[in-house]
Amino acid sequence: MEKYTKHTNVAALMNRANVDTDQIIAKQFLKKVERTGFGQHLFHDWCYLEDGTPNPKFELNNPAFDGARVLVVGDNFGCGSSREHAPWAIEDYGFNTIISTSYADIFYNNCFKNGILPIVVDAPTLKALMTEIEENPGVAFTVDLENQAVTTPKGTQVAFEIDGFRKTNLLSGLDDIGLTLKHTDKISEYETTHKERFPWLWAS
Amino acid sequence: MAKTMYEKIWDSHLVHEEPGQAPLLYIDRHLMHEVTSPQAFEGLDLAGRPIRNTHSILATLDHCVPTKLADRINLPDPIGAKQVRRMMENCEKHGLTLYDMESQNNGIIHVVVPEHGFVHPGMTTVCGDSHTATHGAFGALAFGIGTSEVEHVMATQCLPQTKSKTMLVNVNGTLSKFSTAKDIALAIIGKIGTAGGNGYVIEYAGSAIEALSMQGRMTLCNMAIESGARAGLVAPDQKTYDFLEGKEFTPKGDGWEKALAYWKSLPSDADAQHDTVIELDAADIAPQVTWGTSPEQVVPVDKKVPSPADFADAGKAKSCESALEYMGLTGGTNITDIKIDYVFLGSCTNSRLEDFRAAAEVVKGSKVAAGVTAIAVPGSYQVKKDAEAEGIDKIFLDAGWEWREPGCSMCLAMNGDQLKPQERCASTSNRNFEGRQGKGGRTHLVSPAMAAATAAAGRFVDIRTLEQG
Repeated sequence: MEKYTKHTNVAALMNRANVDTDQIIAKQFLKKVERTGFGQHLFHDWCYLEDGTPNPKFELNNPAFDGARVLVVGDNFGCGSSREHAPWAIEDYGFNTIISTSYADIFYNNCFKNGILPIVVDAPTLKALMTEIEENPGVAFTVDLENQAVTTPKGTQVAFEIDGFRKTNLLSGLDDIGLTLKHTDKISEYETTHKERFPWLWAS
Repeated sequence: MAKTMYEKIWDSHLVHEEPGQAPLLYIDRHLMHEVTSPQAFEGLDLAGRPIRNTHSILATLDHCVPTKLADRINLPDPIGAKQVRRMMENCEKHGLTLYDMESQNNGIIHVVVPEHGFVHPGMTTVCGDSHTATHGAFGALAFGIGTSEVEHVMATQCLPQTKSKTMLVNVNGTLSKFSTAKDIALAIIGKIGTAGGNGYVIEYAGSAIEALSMQGRMTLCNMAIESGARAGLVAPDQKTYDFLEGKEFTPKGDGWEKALAYWKSLPSDADAQHDTVIELDAADIAPQVTWGTSPEQVVPVDKKVPSPADFADAGKAKSCESALEYMGLTGGTNITDIKIDYVFLGSCTNSRLEDFRAAAEVVKGSKVAAGVTAIAVPGSYQVKKDAEAEGIDKIFLDAGWEWREPGCSMCLAMNGDQLKPQERCASTSNRNFEGRQGKGGRTHLVSPAMAAATAAAGRFVDIRTLEQG
């Protein structure tokens, strides 16, 4: 996983609430056995017209958002299915940061496994950020995870909260399976006691 | 200190905790299907890591599996077929139990797992599938995970976790005979919204929940995720123990007595504190029908489709407007005036024997309305066999329904069963998202009995007004 570093990039706006993972990556693309190449299918049903050409009305098809790495979206982003293909598609498309008021639980967890920073802000802050993009499409936001801050050209400074463990993992790009395996002794110790207490768990 | 059931399960599965690190939680059971696992196996193999406890895993093929018998022999979709093959290869290579398409145990993961008693009260259970919440019906902490976490659990039998808050949803009173666990689930989501449970594990309690069968509790907990909760829980009781006793993976003899003693210690202590408490009166819960593209967009069947102006919140008004456009509906329309093209009875929410019995009572002696396609898809071969032993298949076939092989089918439409654009479906599944049942398809979520009545009428019907035969 790539290390998450401070960056200044175009912020794309998608002012929709309850965007579910079925919209982020549609079911017909879940049959692949690989982890890569999902970006081209991001928001497929909204992105393309019936004849396969880009839908000019779809927010992300706005040329001002070309090269965007920050995605600003409405409440409860990523609800529904647990499919990690959703963050795979978002990351592969080019985004490494999402800003919203809330995320669905599984999607939120999945983001961190893929180098994506999902930032939570309050409703007035989200509105201010959205307004700034609406007034100036193509505007670039600076995201500084180390100092937990988003800065905009208009001078808006947003401080955000994030779990310390998740922050460290994003900043270092660490493989968290490796981290857990450092505790193998503890896991074995736990299993010994667990087996004594609940022997039926191991019966097969 | 008094503890909730969630806290008891959490505490007994805590492997390690230290400042600056996420607590490490031990995982007892790991359920698998073909869609969310191939990349996890690949990651594991690339890193040269073995699976820590192969006995913790039970796998099935369900999402990509066709429900027409002929298509199961030769999968028409080569990409889906490759995914199915890959799952079989991975399970073979790692020595995992897989209920493949030829197995008489095959079916939807969340239907077959309880049939074999694989998940017990107090267990931590995960699956790369959001509807893992189903197993909370047994008092197990069961939640959906992503593919990276599937790999993590295979390699370590643990997951770094953050502790959730707890929400107690009390449903007291008596449910009308026309309302079901599905209606309770939809009514709760209608009340708290699809994000209402974000950050929480929900515990369902109260006399109406105690009165539910195990199948009903599975339906209810299955939809905990549609309210945003990490998991749903119902305290184990005699119904739970009766359901589990004698099943393949449940302990026998002395083990059973020990297990029982432990299970009885699990319910929340009487004075345990929940972070939020929600109250519903079961008597107020009418049969529910969703009208929009989110499960929270739901009303009782005798009500009208709302208009954007009915919502004070600007965001909800906007969502209403776009949902109405997608659904091809006008605010103010009576739900019972909405005509449908398709009926789907199935999915991990509502495809158990009890669901088919309830629907069969309504289907008996009826005919599927002209122009309507109705498919009944049992959740497993076991359900199919049991239903056929009771003659339920004949009731459906005589009425003009199709009687299919088990699988996820039209719940997520990645197996050949899907709606065409603009087709409208009364569905017993769990999500009415845009395109969920096929691009442009329009989904209305209902209970099995409501789906059955809708098939015969070609429009939504208030089953409370049907003549009793």
